[in-house]
Amino acid sequence: MEGLISLFIRAVFVENMALAFFLGMCTFLAISKRIPAAIGLGIAVIVVQVVTVPVNNLLYTYVLRDGALAWAGFPEANLSFLGYLSYIGVIAAMVQILEMTLDRYFPALYNALGVFLPLITVNCAILGASLFMVERDYNFSESVVYGVGAGVGWALAIVALAGIREKLKYSDIPKGLEGLGITFVTVGLMSLGFMSFSGVSL
Amino acid sequence: MSETRKVLLNPIFKNNPIALQILGICSALAVTTSMNVTLVMCIALTSVTAFSNLFISMIRNYIPGNIRIIVQMTIIASLVIVVDQILKAYAFDISKQLSVFVGLIITNCIVMGRAEAYAMSNPPIPSFMDGVGNGLGYSVVLLFVAVIRELLGAGKLFGIEILPLVNDGGWYIPNGLLLLPPSAFFIIAGFIWLLRTFQKEQVEEPEYKIAKNINKEAM
Repeated sequence: MEGLISLFIRAVFVENMALAFFLGMCTFLAISKRIPAAIGLGIAVIVVQVVTVPVNNLLYTYVLRDGALAWAGFPEANLSFLGYLSYIGVIAAMVQILEMTLDRYFPALYNALGVFLPLITVNCAILGASLFMVERDYNFSESVVYGVGAGVGWALAIVALAGIREKLKYSDIPKGLEGLGITFVTVGLMSLGFMSFSGVSL
Repeated sequence: MSETRKVLLNPIFKNNPIALQILGICSALAVTTSMNVTLVMCIALTSVTAFSNLFISMIRNYIPGNIRIIVQMTIIASLVIVVDQILKAYAFDISKQLSVFVGLIITNCIVMGRAEAYAMSNPPIPSFMDGVGNGLGYSVVLLFVAVIRELLGAGKLFGIEILPLVNDGGWYIPNGLLLLPPSAFFIIAGFIWLLRTFQKEQVEEPEYKIAKNINKEAM
């Protein structure tokens, strides 16, 4: 249990998806102009992470891993090279299913998320979490916790950035840095701040 | 011919994928600490973009509109698997250093973005050129960042010592910040600033202007 809590804290702060590994940067920079939009996207990312990381974990353990197909009578099969294709397939399918479920049962939330849901398929933070999960050999319960942590960390980062950018538009910025340039500088400073967590040993 | 050249060269400075289109930034930041790794990443990404554009453009008339994203994803993912297997076979050390970032080429927005924006509506050869061009545009920014980070951060280029470090009896005190991930943000911000100083039309309009301070009594 203690191990899981420290894994969660590590996934949220020390190994923050957005500010320590720079994953999901494209959407991170594009959809962080307004706080409400950032919160919506953040929640969508958390939900998708929570579902896809454990599902990909099961897929890896029972189908793709070296010798994983022993239960089906193929102990020599090693399908791990199909990893990328299957993870992205799972993610695309999950996003689609989630979209339909939300549309059917929670129309309010569905409307709030709007165009962000399909965009999540190509958010590298989602695929990145699955790949890190495989690389670090997490078991099922760890993968659930890691999924939640990675999602929460990313959501936290985008909401914080949106907050800063809402204030930033009132400041006087050099012409060439206007827009994208100053956002990069801001994210760099935020990332420096988050680096202070890397000294925390858990 | 001039059309091909335009498609090939435009993305490098005029319409740079990273500096203007905000595509493919994730990997630009994470893999730029040393030149070797960066160069491999650039080659991998350029070839994936070029070939995915080529293949998607070849079958563009047969892809039903509503499942096109999945078709594109499948093609891109297959190409990335090929690249990944080649790297594992011939450059294992570098493939270990790149870790998950090879896999993340799949979700690199440059590949998807160009497939969607260009390859779906243009014939195969120009699409291939567009892929190469955008790959090069990405590579220029990445190599620029990597040169600064490795030269000033570790005093080396491609692992060969250029500036002798103080620790080894030389004179150069390395700047540790440049080896840390956040420095990539500052360097890219600087690159954007530089680019926009010369290409004025890329400057974004501020959303909110500070009103002039009008002195009422003088009026």
